[in-house]
Amino acid sequence: MRLELIKRPQQSAFFSAVSPLFALLLTLIAGVIIFTLLGKPPLAALYTYFIEPLSEVWQLHELAIKAGPLIMIAVGLSVAYRSNNWNIGAEGQFIMGGIAGSLIPILVPGFQNFMTLPLMLIFGFAGGALYGAIPALLKTRFNTNEILTSLMLVYVAQLFLDWLARGVFRDPNGNNFPGSIRFPSAARLPEIDPAQGAAHWGFVLSIVAAVIVWAMMQYSLKGFEVKLLGESPRAGRFAGFSSARMVFFAFLLSGGLAGLAGISEVSGAIGQLRENISPGYGFTAIIVAFLGRLNPIGTIAAGLVLALTYLGGEGAQMSLGISDKVARVFQGLILFFVLGCDTLIHYRIRLVFGDPAAKTAAEG
Amino acid sequence: MGIADHNSVTASNTTPLLDVRGITKVFGSLIANDHVNLTIAPGEIHALLGENGAGKSTLVKMLFGVLDPSEGSIIWKGEEVRISSPSEARKLGIGMVFQHFSLFEALTAAENIALSLDATTPISQIADTARRLSVDYGLPLDPDAMVGDLSVGERQRIEIIRCLLQKPDLIILDEPTSVLTPQEANKMFETLERLKAEGKSILYISHRLDEVKRLCDTATVLRHGNVVGHCNPQEETATTLANMMVGTDVQNASRELSQAVEPGEPLIEINSLDRPPATPFSIPLRGINLKVRAGEVVGIAGVAGNGQGEFFEAVSGEALQNQSDSVRLNKVDCGRLGISGRRLVGAAFVPEERLGHGAAPGLSLSDNMLLSRHTTDRKTMLGTLGYVVTSAVTAARKRVVKEMDVRKSGEDPEAAALSGGNLQKYLIGRELDRKPKVLIVDQPTWGVDAGAAARIRQAIIELARSGSAVLVISQDLDELFEISDSIAVMHDGRISAPLPIAEATFEKIGLLMGGAEPGHMAYEDVKTAEETEV
Amino acid sequence: MDMFQNILLTIATASTPLLIAAIGELVVERSGVLNLGVEGMMVIGAVCGFAAALMTGSPWIGVLAAIIAGMLLSLLFGFLAISLATNQVATGLSLTLLGIGLSGMIGENFVGQAGIRLPNLDIPVLTDIPMLGRLIFGQDPLFYISLALTAGVMWFLFKTRTGLTLRAIGDSHKSAHALGINVLKYRYLAVMFGGGCAGLAGAHLSLVYTPQWVENMTAGRGWIALALVVFASWRPWRVIGGAYLFGAVTIGQLHAQALGFGIPSQFLSSLPYVATIVVLVLISRNRRLTVMNTPASLAQPFVPDR
Repeated sequence: MRLELIKRPQQSAFFSAVSPLFALLLTLIAGVIIFTLLGKPPLAALYTYFIEPLSEVWQLHELAIKAGPLIMIAVGLSVAYRSNNWNIGAEGQFIMGGIAGSLIPILVPGFQNFMTLPLMLIFGFAGGALYGAIPALLKTRFNTNEILTSLMLVYVAQLFLDWLARGVFRDPNGNNFPGSIRFPSAARLPEIDPAQGAAHWGFVLSIVAAVIVWAMMQYSLKGFEVKLLGESPRAGRFAGFSSARMVFFAFLLSGGLAGLAGISEVSGAIGQLRENISPGYGFTAIIVAFLGRLNPIGTIAAGLVLALTYLGGEGAQMSLGISDKVARVFQGLILFFVLGCDTLIHYRIRLVFGDPAAKTAAEG
Repeated sequence: MGIADHNSVTASNTTPLLDVRGITKVFGSLIANDHVNLTIAPGEIHALLGENGAGKSTLVKMLFGVLDPSEGSIIWKGEEVRISSPSEARKLGIGMVFQHFSLFEALTAAENIALSLDATTPISQIADTARRLSVDYGLPLDPDAMVGDLSVGERQRIEIIRCLLQKPDLIILDEPTSVLTPQEANKMFETLERLKAEGKSILYISHRLDEVKRLCDTATVLRHGNVVGHCNPQEETATTLANMMVGTDVQNASRELSQAVEPGEPLIEINSLDRPPATPFSIPLRGINLKVRAGEVVGIAGVAGNGQGEFFEAVSGEALQNQSDSVRLNKVDCGRLGISGRRLVGAAFVPEERLGHGAAPGLSLSDNMLLSRHTTDRKTMLGTLGYVVTSAVTAARKRVVKEMDVRKSGEDPEAAALSGGNLQKYLIGRELDRKPKVLIVDQPTWGVDAGAAARIRQAIIELARSGSAVLVISQDLDELFEISDSIAVMHDGRISAPLPIAEATFEKIGLLMGGAEPGHMAYEDVKTAEETEV
Repeated sequence: MDMFQNILLTIATASTPLLIAAIGELVVERSGVLNLGVEGMMVIGAVCGFAAALMTGSPWIGVLAAIIAGMLLSLLFGFLAISLATNQVATGLSLTLLGIGLSGMIGENFVGQAGIRLPNLDIPVLTDIPMLGRLIFGQDPLFYISLALTAGVMWFLFKTRTGLTLRAIGDSHKSAHALGINVLKYRYLAVMFGGGCAGLAGAHLSLVYTPQWVENMTAGRGWIALALVVFASWRPWRVIGGAYLFGAVTIGQLHAQALGFGIPSQFLSSLPYVATIVVLVLISRNRRLTVMNTPASLAQPFVPDR
């Protein structure tokens, strides 16, 4: 038996819409199999994973806390990937944004007014963008593969943050624990509705970013440029657009948004610079971007789904004793299934049984 | 029109070598071949004639096992066979030389040949084997050369050697002369005659009628996937053959109109244009000088791969020049301007590749309108913050679709969903819609059906007549003779001085295409030079 | 002199997994497929090798299990990237993410357990030759396998017909298809070879280099292996040089950390990653050479038209 792909004359709008849903369904089925293999009741586990975290308001706040950075990063990545620039170092740009924004409360703790927070956010964006500019510079100047360089820079950023949090930025009054001073309230991204839950304004920032970038992609010449250069670089050059400038645009935007997510996380959810500020948001956001069909609005829904796997993982560990590592497996599987299902947008799939001679008959 | 029964042409009574009965191939909703019959006798050269898109390639791909027929049977030497792969075709004794070579650029000539040899040849001996074979067949080659560095003619030699190695009884040649100068083509015809004398059969695919009349014993004509006739080309005239292929009387574009206009001042001026090779496999441009005046169509002939693509990029501004006066368009020095800047001074460009260069395959026609018009039509198509004014883009799309009679399915389909001819009409129309003062077009009708080609040529001539300067790069000599006021030839990165159409002949142009300097080298010298070169 | 020999030995040990993984990926890329999932397959190899060795008591069964696990994971990649013609970059990334997740899940119960080390070669007399004995005759078996693999791949690619066919596919899958070569079959086999090598490289980490299981213990080595293939311009013998260069940097920074020097350990730890970037920049700076050396159909999905 083998598989044959038959090119569709036009992209299928139907599969374009349902392929993420297909992928989620397949992930659920895979979940049943995994839980069964682990000897856990599959349906109860799925319930714990995907329904229970949504049952109370404070849990929705937790969801927003996790979804915020995922959406923010994925919005930028969706533009980068659309333009065929493979920034997979968002994790590093997230960290660098967190560091850059934290410079203000850590180095000038006395500076506390209404400008503190906006400046921190700007620093965060700039930090991420500048860190993202490194692979862009290397790609345009030296033709260096951006996938590898952006990824290597993640490790460098992680080690750099570790050094800061344990070394120069360590809180002198922190009993030798790694981590900076706790930020003063002027440097904290406030909670949206403290009475109900812990979600901070970072989530709202993400939604705003998604809408703005969506409008840019949908209605502006810049969005057209992104799509054109991504789809066909040569046609893009014929249109008078510069691939090199697009590399910078893609990396500055995706790096900047990752940095903004980083400082939002530090000043919102954490409140200090720690040696570890991300449970892999930068990598999970890659999945979010693809699950959202590289559409900024789509990343909102996708970000919420992926955030759910984080929460569900924690819940399942507590109530069912299922390792929280299973959440990681889920995340990987979702991306796998999304990519597989996306094939249906461009191709019809035909199963061919037996030897080629029998094929003509089977086809009719 | 005299459609002769093919049995009367070839020796009857013997079993045909190949007998194809009712073969059909369906791609989705398109019937590429509809119950096609084809019979080839041993030792005959059989022409397969048809316009682009008539289904010739589909048919031969089924004969060579690249495609599976949806229906019908293939009878080879009296026995029904299933050809499920090219290697099976080769085992049966069917060899094929593709139009677009299936060669590997990063491998040597010998390695390319070795991939077609049977597995028993040790890898250490392939260079020697290749050298011996190339001498045997009179097709000289350097076995250690990287194919990426070879000329198109040399690449074809590799293809032919690869094919002959299989000792095939039937050799399929797909548009073999489309990449050759007329003189190179003559040499290839000699090889084919020799193979025929050895008793081999040849299926010769072409849309060049003079070649077919000269070379072939029988012909099968395809149109829209159907066989419209079997005939003896010797008994036909070029006109009757063309009518069979096209179905209606072929319209030639009328050039009289353009001649009525007195050429004005030069609007395209290329002054000592040089360009180093951009990639390891590209051709450097050397000292190109050229002028095209208002009201004039200048054609650039040449065998593919002599720098036409590089020249187009240099003139369009996709590649910049060091000297700003080396390219002057509409009386403005453009050498340092990018393509958008050159468009702004009134120039328009249509590249050879439709999908992936002139248009983005996956984007809609409207998006593809914006592709080349976003700078020149900034005022109407763009608003504040680069907001795209959809209504203006849509209006332009509709105008072009109507003006050029673009046939499409749906209101605003992806570019890739259009047929080659319709997309080309759209891309030419997209530029003409701006009424450019300068038009530079590479291969305007390559792979385009006859109707669309005529429409495009007419539009090009009308633009020139209205006072614009037009430069047409083409490998189709017939086309250039039809529409040009003068013809220059591109060879090895240089362009010859244009010959006025009244003085130009196929032979003169052919010599230039082969690399002769006008007046310097006669044909015989070219021939000997070529032989000693290898 | 013993210390010198020891340093060389540790460099060889640090380099071997890079060499094995990179050689595997080189064959994959020569066939025109870019599998960015090396890191994922490697980490799965590490955990499966460790677990199988622990459960059976035999490190060799561990090695075998690692190879099989790497291959299985690569098949998943192959199914998507080859059969379903998905974007290879994204698919490879998802393989890495999945591999890291799966390895965490599988390895959860093995964290902190003492592992089994694949014993070094020990030939009486020969291994005891001063200076060179242990270098030549006393290393771990996978060291020898890594060199044999490299030589084997060189021979395969340039001296066999199948190797020629594989290179041809990497250059132009369309032309290969037109010649009747089964492009997809070759690519599947190449991808599986790469997966097996990545798994084996992972086994080296958890059965030789540091015989234990630590989550994410590959620490980017799979990515460095990918960079090595570029660095080597897709030529097997150059991978050896690259792998040993990185092994030397890794060991060098470890020694520097031990000696202190007052440089923060984090900076030294980041050296292999920085070195990767520097080396990539140096090698890809020459655009012309890069274009000539890169397999022309790399990372382009192929859908045979039938």
